[in-house]
Amino acid sequence: MTVLAPPVEERVELLDRIWEERPGVLGWLTTVDHKRIGLLFFFTSLAFFAAGGVEALVIRTQLAGPDQRLVGPQTFNELMTMHGTTMIFLFVVPMGLGAFGNYLVPLMLGARDLAFPRLNALSYWIFLASGLFIYTGLFVGQGPDQGWFSYVPLALKQFDPSLGPDFYALGLIFNGLSTTATAINLVTTIFKLRAPGMSLNRLPLFCYAQLAAAGSALILLPPLTLDLVLLELQRKAGFHFFDVAAGGSPMLWQHLFWLFGHPEVYLIVLPAFGITTSIIPTFAKRKMVAAPLVALAELLVAFIGFGVWAHHMFSTGMPTSALVFFAAATFMVVIPSTVQIYAWLFTVNLGRPEFRTPLLFVGAFIVFFVIGGLSGIMFAAIPFDQATTDTYFVVAHFHFIIFGAAVFPILGGMFYWFPKVTGRMYHEGWAKASFWLTFSGTALTFFPMHIAGLLGMPRRVYTYPHGLGWDGYNLAETIGGFILTAGLVLIAANLVFSRLRGAPAGPNPFRGPTLEWATSSPPPPYNFAVIPTVRSEYPGWDDEALFEDRRRLERGLGTYPDGHRQPEATVRDAYPDDVADMPSESGWPVAVAVLLSLMFALTLTSHFVAAGVVAGLAGLAAAAWLWKEPAE
Amino acid sequence: MTGTRSGAGRARRRLQLLLPLGLPLLATGCGRENLLDPASPQQHKIATLWWVMMGVAWFGLALIGFLLALGWLRRKREGLPGGGGDRVATALVVGLGVAAPIVSLSALFVWSDIFVMRATSAPNPSSTSLTVEVTGHQWWWEVRYPGTRAVTANEIHIPVGARVNLVGKTADVIHSFWIPKLNRKIDLIPGRTNRIVLEATRAGRFRGQCYEYCGLQHAHMGMEVVAESPARFRAWLANMAKDAAAPSTSMQRQGREAFLNEACSGCHQIRGTDAHARVGPDLTHVASRATIAALTLPNETGTLAGWIVDPQHDKPGARMPALDLQGPEVQALVAYLESLR
Repeated sequence: MTVLAPPVEERVELLDRIWEERPGVLGWLTTVDHKRIGLLFFFTSLAFFAAGGVEALVIRTQLAGPDQRLVGPQTFNELMTMHGTTMIFLFVVPMGLGAFGNYLVPLMLGARDLAFPRLNALSYWIFLASGLFIYTGLFVGQGPDQGWFSYVPLALKQFDPSLGPDFYALGLIFNGLSTTATAINLVTTIFKLRAPGMSLNRLPLFCYAQLAAAGSALILLPPLTLDLVLLELQRKAGFHFFDVAAGGSPMLWQHLFWLFGHPEVYLIVLPAFGITTSIIPTFAKRKMVAAPLVALAELLVAFIGFGVWAHHMFSTGMPTSALVFFAAATFMVVIPSTVQIYAWLFTVNLGRPEFRTPLLFVGAFIVFFVIGGLSGIMFAAIPFDQATTDTYFVVAHFHFIIFGAAVFPILGGMFYWFPKVTGRMYHEGWAKASFWLTFSGTALTFFPMHIAGLLGMPRRVYTYPHGLGWDGYNLAETIGGFILTAGLVLIAANLVFSRLRGAPAGPNPFRGPTLEWATSSPPPPYNFAVIPTVRSEYPGWDDEALFEDRRRLERGLGTYPDGHRQPEATVRDAYPDDVADMPSESGWPVAVAVLLSLMFALTLTSHFVAAGVVAGLAGLAAAAWLWKEPAE
Repeated sequence: MTGTRSGAGRARRRLQLLLPLGLPLLATGCGRENLLDPASPQQHKIATLWWVMMGVAWFGLALIGFLLALGWLRRKREGLPGGGGDRVATALVVGLGVAAPIVSLSALFVWSDIFVMRATSAPNPSSTSLTVEVTGHQWWWEVRYPGTRAVTANEIHIPVGARVNLVGKTADVIHSFWIPKLNRKIDLIPGRTNRIVLEATRAGRFRGQCYEYCGLQHAHMGMEVVAESPARFRAWLANMAKDAAAPSTSMQRQGREAFLNEACSGCHQIRGTDAHARVGPDLTHVASRATIAALTLPNETGTLAGWIVDPQHDKPGARMPALDLQGPEVQALVAYLESLR
């Protein structure tokens, strides 16, 4: 006996009912939808980007000319510390993994959510809370002022009795929980929730980049957390890890910090590589050249990135053999990057590229990444490194990497996926104008820093005297900073305006080849009414497979209409092997995040017993959220 | 000597002809902390390393720019010029992305990290004729000449042509010692001693400053190497080793009294008096130095008086407190300090 399949609309309505979340603010607080959490990550990290940007503008205004006194040394040092900490921990990483990874990875995999939706919610609330925690220091006049790298002994109580370093250290331990949770989620999702048929060789390169970034996040965060715990034990409990007189060493801090710090650079740029390898095939209208090499390069960059940390410490007086080892490793890490750069360039050359805004940003990314990469290679030449380290030459180098190579693809990605997220098109003309403004502003801000550095200008100085030849370059940098800001404001205005008034975009305005373009814009809460089947590397260009999926929807196959259900697949070949019951919305993640904030605040103020009690409550709340939810 | 130097200068100018026009200031060699205006054989090698790396880097960037421009110019046509497809492109990715970097980076590795490295690294003490000990403090530099009684601050005198073994230590946090025109940086780290060779080939004042962020006044922690003829250096060192001159006017005598009775002597040493504290810079020959407060101010009557009255004005956060001194007392102090040549 066969039951007649209900029509498509009814099936979709059923899914809508099952996956619907509460409306309003309460809905945002309890959401477990990776797209909504991705948007929360997006707007929160964007707010921190704005804060870090304002800090940068104050810094640049102060340094526009010699001997300026817009802010005093204490304020400057706090701004300089917060600028670095904000941009790295509260903007680029949460933007790359938390916003782009969160929103796009499940869509590209043909999945309905991340593997652990409530953990994902927790990860966001911890991120928000840790950011507010660190900024509380600044607002109560105890801002971290020891630099984002927080070298000891300067960050020890003896030299910095304020709560600044404690806000920094506890805040970053807290923040690390968020990144770790997101990374676990992404790795699990990429391995287990791929649509049937998406074997590893068909995994989109964006997801390879996310996999490499998330995997390295899991390995690089423990050294940082350990370092911060040691620092707090010394500051709060009188331990002596970094104290020479008691047999400790300040070098311990540096080794652990850079063991985290250098792989962190790849954690920052890998999601950007992923965005680039999404944008280029779409606008070049062809598949990537040497795609397997690019996937391998993304993984290798993350791997070799763990063997180069001591190049941040060449002038500390390490033995020559160590110097040479780390220099050689640093030369090696160049090669996966050059492979990717040429693969991108030749893909553009082989295809018939359409230079729309996202591709322009990617083109600028390539130029900036090459500039930053070339100056980066120079740091593997140890004597030159030991000349230019801690000068503005380094500042120029890493801003070309972090701003040029990480933020430019993010900006390009904002335009590229804007139609998908909002269902509307951005304004192409204004977008191009904002690109050129941002591009020239970036070049003018950061290129002269190379020259200032060669002229000996040190980093992290709140002012400088006239007569060292630095004045003109600094003025140019400041002007560039304001041009850059104008470009960013124009981008924001375009996107806000287009969100309200833009032309409807349709599901796939750019004819993108990955699965996020195979669903509506914006995607429904369950992403795909029917879980797609994948038969090629570029399923979005596989019209036959897309047609098959529509037919399966008509026949009621692969819609999993009984509850929050999501098929799982085998790790390598993506054969369907199980169906998971996904959790629905919950208030517990917020509760756990609030309790953890309280625990960190009590630790900060040295109420250790109370902090322990609250930690226990957080454990109970975590247990409560694991309670079996009522059946639908 | 002159011959080789101008030969080196010619070589440098020739290299500079290759430069794009972006770096006019560097090419003229000005800038008191310009690392590309070397005054030592070590820094000369580092500067050459830079010019070659920069030339290759511009070439690499031009290649990338060319490929991007080609992509734009041929946006209406598929395939590479000459009709290559995926196979050719993949071969180019491997050739340009793997083979070319391996060759060029190996060459750079051998040149910079073996040869230039060896030529610029910490000296074998037996190859040097003088040792200078520099200790970083928040936010000034203590300078000692082991084997003599000479102590000074923020000014490091060395003889031209001699290989000087510079030994770097710190009294508090991490600092970094760098004279851009002379050699690489060394970090001054608690519990460690790092060394570098200084070998000035010409007389001059070579500015440097602290390059590791060291707190509130990191920006005002300058120092200078003064390279001078061996005879002048010997005379300077002999003078530095002496006790302070006795005051010769009543004003100076009042100044010395004030120095010993006020808080000054709680932190500063003036050898030959009862002031033996070693918290702040040694002032035995303070008048011989060109600047005060670690190159923050010129050492002149007005600036010195202003500094004594309120050090926090020019260097907020400096460890020296503002003392509640009367006008005549300040004048006397300045008169005394200015007699300490």
